[in-house]
Amino acid sequence: MRLAISSVLLGLWAGSATALDLGVTWLHRAVPPPPVLSNLDPVPEDLGRAGAELGLRDNATTGQFLGHAYTLAESEVPEDGDILAVARDALAQSPFLIVDAPAADLLAIAGLPEAEGALIFNASAPETALRSGDCRANVLHTLPSRAMLADALMQGLASKRWTDLALVTGPRAGDHAWAEAMKASAAKFRLRARGEAVWDEEADMRRNAAQEVPLFTQGFRDHDVLLVADEAHDFARYIAYNTWLPRPVAGSAGMMPAAWSRVVEQWGAAQLQSRFEDLAGRPMQDRDYAAWAAFRALGEAVTRTGSADPATLRSYMLGPDFELAGFKGSPLSFRPWNGQLRQPIPLVTDQAVVAVAPMEGFLHQGNELDTLGLDRPDSACTAFD
Amino acid sequence: MTRCLTALCLILGLPAFAGGEIWVTNEKDDTISVIDIDSLEVTRTIPTGERPRGITFSHDYSRVYICASDSDTVQVMDPETGEILHDLPSGEDPEQFVLHPDDRHLWIANEDDAVTTVVDTESRTVIAQINVGIEPEGMAVNEAGSIVITTSETTNMAHWIDTATHEIIANTLVDSRPRHAEFVKDDTELWVSSEIGGTVTVFGTESQEERAKITFEIQGVHPDRIQPVGFEFTPDGKTAFVALGPANHVAVVNAETYEVEEYILTGRRVWHMAFSPDHAQLFTTNGVSGDVTVIDVASRKPLKSIKVGRFPWGAAMRPGAS
Repeated sequence: MRLAISSVLLGLWAGSATALDLGVTWLHRAVPPPPVLSNLDPVPEDLGRAGAELGLRDNATTGQFLGHAYTLAESEVPEDGDILAVARDALAQSPFLIVDAPAADLLAIAGLPEAEGALIFNASAPETALRSGDCRANVLHTLPSRAMLADALMQGLASKRWTDLALVTGPRAGDHAWAEAMKASAAKFRLRARGEAVWDEEADMRRNAAQEVPLFTQGFRDHDVLLVADEAHDFARYIAYNTWLPRPVAGSAGMMPAAWSRVVEQWGAAQLQSRFEDLAGRPMQDRDYAAWAAFRALGEAVTRTGSADPATLRSYMLGPDFELAGFKGSPLSFRPWNGQLRQPIPLVTDQAVVAVAPMEGFLHQGNELDTLGLDRPDSACTAFD
Repeated sequence: MTRCLTALCLILGLPAFAGGEIWVTNEKDDTISVIDIDSLEVTRTIPTGERPRGITFSHDYSRVYICASDSDTVQVMDPETGEILHDLPSGEDPEQFVLHPDDRHLWIANEDDAVTTVVDTESRTVIAQINVGIEPEGMAVNEAGSIVITTSETTNMAHWIDTATHEIIANTLVDSRPRHAEFVKDDTELWVSSEIGGTVTVFGTESQEERAKITFEIQGVHPDRIQPVGFEFTPDGKTAFVALGPANHVAVVNAETYEVEEYILTGRRVWHMAFSPDHAQLFTTNGVSGDVTVIDVASRKPLKSIKVGRFPWGAAMRPGAS
């Protein structure tokens, strides 16, 4: 049998002319990570950026068959730099931004007159408020919110019937926000609080965790799991096996909810991991994944619509036909009420995936992924109406 | 496995075979489990290279080709002795392949490299490498041998490759994460399964235009868990069996109306399938439960589960002595 190949097809596929160009800027404020006790896990210099670069490669490979070209510009702003000036320049070039910067920067950028009609991806700020009262119509979120992470963890604990929880919170603002998210979620899933304390030890835990931690955890009423809120991964790693009662640790050590982790290898994730390792020479982390997902979501929308118009792409991404294969076992899509990327959340240790939320039995009338984080009635966001 | 149609043509032209075997690759055990079709028991476990996935026999069944993905090679084995005769160059991370009707050229999807590699099994050399989309996996060749399909999982396309020129002549978009492809109905249709999209797309091969899209719905199973992967057709081309991955069911599809007639329960994460030589039974690999479900084709009921190695993936039939 011979296949008829129309000249139209040949012209379209074999031609080298580019039908469509899509430029994206990865915009980063270089906030130095807080000092931590352990030297084992330095924050990579290219955290986030490497994910955007992999997204570029993945999109470009697909685009070559469709005559779609993609480019990535990278802008790094120092801690005291003027990120709005850089954002204005970037928006003058292209309406597509992937932002890896604190929430205040993100909101300021989204509020620029130049950002009207732009499409901005939040790939680093976990604040739940950005998906609620502080949402913006031109901002989509590919990183899970703290509420999503907390719900994933609490579903995991609830499905194990580990219902009684004690909580240790670190001293930093992020630790408190993470602790509040876990407490709210524990209440939502009817888990019981059995005591909490703020970690304010100045000690170097590498030397004397064995003395400090038993005393510190002795005061809690009996509990099934000890939660630790320590977003910078400063002291949490020294808690496990040093507690007064023999209890598993979860939250920021032990079993942790994560947007992404090197231990995720099912659902074809091994291929994503190895592509990333080849590119960056290190394992992929959550902010890398969020930046990759942002660029891939754009690429998927371009592939399906054949358009580079931000309004067309935004409306396709928020619509029912959009789905992104995110290597987490279920198709990813955006919540039309607040622009958050729906996604399964693996619960991981340093060595393995323990479970993946949503856990079986946590049902939802629409999409079970919406049992994680702000469901439509929970979100105060009105910018998407 | 993907060339079972060609294999069938051969078998059907010969006197009926007694018995026969189903060969299953165990991705995480680096072995093949050989199931005897008469006794429905594993009679041999054969070591392979690392992470064996795609498996297919030469037309005379004197050799079996195995994609040893993590060993970056295609192994050629003597099915009588289980001995590796030699390795073929395959490009990096060969996942799935298809044997051309000429019985000589293997077309291999290199998952990590975004290329399709063409290997001459006689001279043991690479003839060509063709750039395709990201994570190529599904491979199909038409009966005429003129077109090979590679599907790429992350690019979400079927790439149509002219076997004479080794050039891509068309790219057709499908739903997310295409996994498996087959030419059917005398090369007039191409079927492509999309794992994350949850669909099977049917193309007319003349126009390369979408003719139908098959969707699945199982009561009590969340739509996201319905992930079509491997599929096989009855010899008359009228019925397709579609493995639905973590939905733990195989769908029976009427290939003329494109409607699902029935769902058959299997083990967990059902991947690929092979028929017995008489097509009375269908064997499915179930990755997560580590077993093979035997389905009675006439009654469309599961008959038995057979424990094999860890993460069984590919399946291929070897007929018994005639």
